[in-house]
Amino acid sequence: MGQIEWAMWANEQALASGLILIAGGIVATAGRFAQWYFGAYSIVAGALVCLLEYPRGRRSKGSTMERCGQKYLAAVVKLFGPLTRNYYVRAVLHLLLSVPAGFLLATILGTVCLVIASGIYLLAAVRGEQWMAIESKPKERPQAEDIKQPPSNPPPRPPVEARKKPSEDEAAGGPQVNPIPVTDEVV
Amino acid sequence: MMECWILNETLSIIVVLSWLGMNLFLFIDTFCWYEEEKSFFYTRVILGSTLAWARASALCLNFNCMLILLPVSRNLISFVRGTSMCCKGPWRRQLDKNLKFHKLVAYGIAVNATIHTVAHLFNLERFHVSQSEDAPALAAALSQLGNAPNESYLNPVRTLHTNTIVGLLTTTAGITGLVISLALILIMTSSTEFIRQYSYELFWCTHHVFIIFFISLAIHGLGRIIRGQTPESVLLHNVTFCRDRYAEWQAVGPCPVPQFSGQEPSAWKWFLGPVFVYACERIIRFWRFQQEVVITKVISHPSAVLELQMKKRDFKMAPGQYVLLQCAAISLLEWHPFTLTSAPQENFFSVHIRAAGDWTEALFKAFGAERHALQVPCSLPRLAVDGPFGASLTDVLHYPVSVCIAAGIGVTPFASLLKSLWYKCCEAPQHLKLSKVYFYWICRDAQAFEWFASLLLSLETQMHEQGNTHFLSYHIFLTGWDENQAIHIALHWDENTDVITGLKQKTFYGRPNWNNEFKEIAYSHPSSSIGVFFCGPKALSKTLQKMCRLYSSADPRGVHFYYNNDSF
Repeated sequence: MGQIEWAMWANEQALASGLILIAGGIVATAGRFAQWYFGAYSIVAGALVCLLEYPRGRRSKGSTMERCGQKYLAAVVKLFGPLTRNYYVRAVLHLLLSVPAGFLLATILGTVCLVIASGIYLLAAVRGEQWMAIESKPKERPQAEDIKQPPSNPPPRPPVEARKKPSEDEAAGGPQVNPIPVTDEVV
Repeated sequence: MMECWILNETLSIIVVLSWLGMNLFLFIDTFCWYEEEKSFFYTRVILGSTLAWARASALCLNFNCMLILLPVSRNLISFVRGTSMCCKGPWRRQLDKNLKFHKLVAYGIAVNATIHTVAHLFNLERFHVSQSEDAPALAAALSQLGNAPNESYLNPVRTLHTNTIVGLLTTTAGITGLVISLALILIMTSSTEFIRQYSYELFWCTHHVFIIFFISLAIHGLGRIIRGQTPESVLLHNVTFCRDRYAEWQAVGPCPVPQFSGQEPSAWKWFLGPVFVYACERIIRFWRFQQEVVITKVISHPSAVLELQMKKRDFKMAPGQYVLLQCAAISLLEWHPFTLTSAPQENFFSVHIRAAGDWTEALFKAFGAERHALQVPCSLPRLAVDGPFGASLTDVLHYPVSVCIAAGIGVTPFASLLKSLWYKCCEAPQHLKLSKVYFYWICRDAQAFEWFASLLLSLETQMHEQGNTHFLSYHIFLTGWDENQAIHIALHWDENTDVITGLKQKTFYGRPNWNNEFKEIAYSHPSSSIGVFFCGPKALSKTLQKMCRLYSSADPRGVHFYYNNDSF
């Protein structure tokens, strides 16, 4: 397990925590539980965590599967520069976000999950990992050389090798020039 | 044969619907019971319907937790597969979808756990509210029960000032509930497809949190805080009469004080059996790991393919099955599947391994394949083998004509099958129901499978010697060719053997025209049942299914193609 990038798992865990915070918050707010305002906070915090964590970061080696439609959010996340790139910042942010939700029973599960995600991010940060946006590969354009020119002379045509020569040979096409003088035997 | 084939197609749907039906039945039955049961009348006064939601989902959780360990007990499944009697084919193929079923049950657990948690959150809040001053009168009276001696309590929250979180963390049910939910979430976040492909070890290690899950689940109900009236109290205290006379409840009289008790924890009774079975499974795996595997031959094929021939005591296989290999020198945790490429009739079993990832490349290095050095047998790394698993291809023998189609790497199970067919043909040709095999091999380039081409070559020579050239007819299609290759092939077209593979059968270029192929086969065998077996990508599988349906005659005496779904 030495080569694993912990940030990948931290990302999944944080995204799940965000969803659980939202769910717990909805239950507390809709049910008008005691201290339900913590529930309202939890919905907002959960949404923030989800938006931050939805764009998956690039793996340092190998290709990374993008989440569906993540490139718009990734552009926004990228704007914040070091604040979102650095995993220490993320670890501290998640820890701070989770604390108020810990005061309400309905959201305490979300708190614990987010604290765990924060811990894994801390581990990732200690190991020097960083969030990098997934670069989209430029569409490969068909190379000009791949497109073959259609033959320019009507059939019957000489075979491919002979056909290719006229375009490369600058001493214009014409009868074959023999390197060794040839004489026919007919007298 | 026909009935088994229909069963095969629909068995998955039947299994899923049965599971769903059982869940719904348990849920609705329990829900209705808790909504109508007299002994829980007073509990319902405080909690409302959320009591029934919580208990119904709890029962479904018990059911699903019982099921979840069974699909991953590989050796149990192999045992069942070996002994199942009727309609062997379709049931065997169903057993191969065990991981899909495991995931389905896991989703079931997640859904029920969510319902259960949300319902209990409401329950706890309502218990809390009924201790406050503005609680409805009956609820307040019920909550006061238990304060006097000789009274049993109904409301586990005793005072208004108990913070719900503190209340949670001081009860067994609360702490274990939190631990169980946490374990479930950790398991699920590390089991997403991305993480599984990215780091199998993380997935596998984190999954072992299920041990904590099951232990906590067993003690989750110990506190017995969901309470109903005791049976004796129900007899003495008539609920319909007494419920409005809560001010007059006394020790004696027409309405004695109702007594409450909790139900004993029952979750452990559901999953004790499967936990025991799974424990045995792990012990068997460990024992298999200890068993000696002797590597008799290591052959390095071109294009980075390594063939390992091994022997193990009591190893019985069928063509088309796979084994899991583990190399302690590389990783103690990783077991990788490889299809068996030897025939059951041979006295060894073999796998062909291509270097296509970290583990396989490390294996290559360990076996010295890169250096082409001569290895002393005792210096070879130690391998452990678990298996064989998987559905076998023996159904091929049950049809008079079989069509085997392999695309790309899907050719490996057919190596085993063709060899096995050859042995059967030599030993006892008259007992063989199978009289003709059509084999189609489609691949991008034959380089990676030169070992298979040489197998076909040896089969071809043997068949020629035996005068049995009509038994096997094979067609190879290379889909990745360029102009240079085409010129080379065209120039050598008139020769006897194929210029790329050296076989008598010429290689075709491009994809097969399935309409033509099926038409020809149907024409050559006008009134037979023809089994079609495929191993390869899904898109082609769909095409072949369509072809089978298209070219099967409507006449019951005519030709019929039976498509056997690939789970080899």
